[in-house]
Amino acid sequence: MSLTVEQVKARNQELIKEVLEVYPEKTAKRRAKHLNVYEEGKTDCNVKSNIKSIPGVMTIRGCAYAGSKGVVWGPIKDMIHISHGPVGCGQYSWAARRNYYIGTTGIDTFVTMQFTSDFQEKDIVFGGDKKLEKIMDEIQDLFPLNKGITVQSECPIGLIGDDIEAVSKKKSKEYGGKTIVPVRCEGFRGVSQSLGHHIANDAVRDWVFDKSDDKHPEFVGSPYDVAIIGDYNIGGDAWASRILLEEMGLRVIAQWSGDGSIAELENTPKAKLNVLHCYRSMNYISRHMEEKYGIPWVEYNFFGPSKIEASLREIASHFDDKIKEGAEKVIAKYKPMMQAVIDKYKPRLEGKTVMLFVGGLRPRHVIGAYEDLGMVVVGTGYEFGHNDDYQRTTHYVKDGTLIYDDVTGYEFEKFVEKVQPDLVGSGIKEKYVFQKMGVPFRQMHSWDYSGPYHGYDGFAIFARDMDMAINNPIWGLTKTPWAA
Amino acid sequence: MADLRQIAFYGKGGIGKSTTSQNTLAALADLGQKILIVGCDPKADSTRLILHAKAQDTILSLAADAGSVEDLELEDVMKVGYKGIRCVESGGPEPGVGCAGRGVITSINFLEEEGAYDDMDYVSYDVLGDVVCGGFAMPIRENKAQEIYIVMSGEMMAMYAANNISKGILKYANSGGVRLGGLVCNERQTDKELELAESLASKLNTKLIHFVPRDNVVQHAELRRMTVLEYAPDSKQADEYRQLATKIHANAGNGTIPTPITMDELEDLLMEHGIMKRVDESIVGKTAAELAAEAAMAA
Repeated sequence: MSLTVEQVKARNQELIKEVLEVYPEKTAKRRAKHLNVYEEGKTDCNVKSNIKSIPGVMTIRGCAYAGSKGVVWGPIKDMIHISHGPVGCGQYSWAARRNYYIGTTGIDTFVTMQFTSDFQEKDIVFGGDKKLEKIMDEIQDLFPLNKGITVQSECPIGLIGDDIEAVSKKKSKEYGGKTIVPVRCEGFRGVSQSLGHHIANDAVRDWVFDKSDDKHPEFVGSPYDVAIIGDYNIGGDAWASRILLEEMGLRVIAQWSGDGSIAELENTPKAKLNVLHCYRSMNYISRHMEEKYGIPWVEYNFFGPSKIEASLREIASHFDDKIKEGAEKVIAKYKPMMQAVIDKYKPRLEGKTVMLFVGGLRPRHVIGAYEDLGMVVVGTGYEFGHNDDYQRTTHYVKDGTLIYDDVTGYEFEKFVEKVQPDLVGSGIKEKYVFQKMGVPFRQMHSWDYSGPYHGYDGFAIFARDMDMAINNPIWGLTKTPWAA
Repeated sequence: MADLRQIAFYGKGGIGKSTTSQNTLAALADLGQKILIVGCDPKADSTRLILHAKAQDTILSLAADAGSVEDLELEDVMKVGYKGIRCVESGGPEPGVGCAGRGVITSINFLEEEGAYDDMDYVSYDVLGDVVCGGFAMPIRENKAQEIYIVMSGEMMAMYAANNISKGILKYANSGGVRLGGLVCNERQTDKELELAESLASKLNTKLIHFVPRDNVVQHAELRRMTVLEYAPDSKQADEYRQLATKIHANAGNGTIPTPITMDELEDLLMEHGIMKRVDESIVGKTAAELAAEAAMAA
């Protein structure tokens, strides 16, 4: 039974109406603006976004601290990131998001460790600046090979008016100009983690770029220097991307921020081109580098061979023929390998439908990879996207796709129940809900502890994982025996 | 044991809250009442006339030294002064850092948990200048002070503050049962002070519970870190405080839900009594030079 596009659109419109019916009138009116059915040819998905979630609903969003510590700063491996405030925020973000890195943890790299100022009542009442100074001193003593410190503010810091900027400046001076970055990413700021990304980007601008004269005069540039921006190396994503750029003849001088270092951040203004993967979380600093240092930036998508091919050519177009030829060579080299993957999995996945709800760039970026396997994304939405994300989404989605911004737990469940996709891709909080409904699921934040999914190497793993989820024999055993 | 009476003194900074409250509470102690004073001002000067000593060890400073408030015992923070009056000071951070409001909350919770209120007839909270945040509203929340006494004078800003505090009381009056006990006018010898204070009291749906005349003996006593009751018990001023204490003692259950007034109403009140002139709207926002130029044009 397959529906025509018009039937799908009518069904989706009806579905939106149905979920809105349970809300109080005012809530229904507000949520209605976040739900839509994509009309082919439109340059926008026509949903409102980046607006405060409604109290009482279950939102899937995070907070500004999550955006700064969890996403942008946390993966910088040779700096120590202090979760400044009560213990919970640091505790529950401990070990990061599987942002893989090379180094010896606890000696020269610190990503999976947790540093917190563990605020007590007295720190709230009397202020925590002295404690912060002491922590920095202890860090210097215990981890002498750290290359810098960031202060990731939790909510109370902004309420009690601690002067973390003054502490950072003072300690930086004391330690001979060490990079110490205060980040005002208090969780109550903004409507989601998105503002945290922006604040973290601004902190790079103000406390890394603007503070340091050239710290690495020994750096010798080349005409092929690029920086990878917005790849957090989840499960090794950035590595699977980096090798392709290097193979086509480029030199990657920095990775932001997965497996990244402070020296790479400091050297990035020397790049010839910034290649931007996660637009949502790092467009701010890319725009800044364009304005201040004249470095152009280009968005790319390394999910699935079709998008990789297009992206490699797009990146190469900013360079000379040598690089353009390099890109073609890379594409040609991996083509048979990709074809083998497609030949193996496409017959098992062809025509399967997917509903997504994730953060950052993935609600649109992964669509190409599914399509390479013959699958169809029938619904998608962003946790914390902005208008520009929904505009970019139109390049990916098909006519009639269900669009849901900041979807509530209730809406998502209803949508999946009615649409009955073959796969849902979302996060850990959603996983068991849908699996218990008998719907195959993949975590698309953490790659379900798999990965990488970026690059050619990643696609092979992606295809295997999707097959594993959908065609798992377990689903045949979940039917209710007495209902047969 | 009679039911515990919990009262609080609020009012504009510098109005004489601590002086008035300590003298009144000393008079209540003379009447045989068992009293606990909880100073809720980071300056920790709510009990110095009772103890003859400046800022004792505060709950929060001791807690900071010991690690946390859980490490403290009641004896560590409780001092006994004039006529057995028990005194604790919440204390708090130095100006400009931390969160003094949270400090008040921490201290009051500590005192309740440690049973500081057991066997007392009165608990009196002395709270700093204005209700600037939730922490300083702690004493007027549920199960805390039942009656609030606002110390004020005939000065305009003191009356503004009294009105603002009434707003704070109103907010908690319906949910928590706090009531406005009355206004205490601490004489500043401004024009028509008694009349004004009475007018304001009636607008706020309360009464002027006592008009405390100005008397230098208060300063003399204060220099000796004593209440007037102790320094000059036979003075006329001591008698004034006794009257106030008696009235408060008799005021149990007579508190009211205040009816705060708008800024305009307050200004009208001042104009009614000839304290303030009606503002000429045509001159608002004009500099001296502009007004001079206009005058020259007219001439």
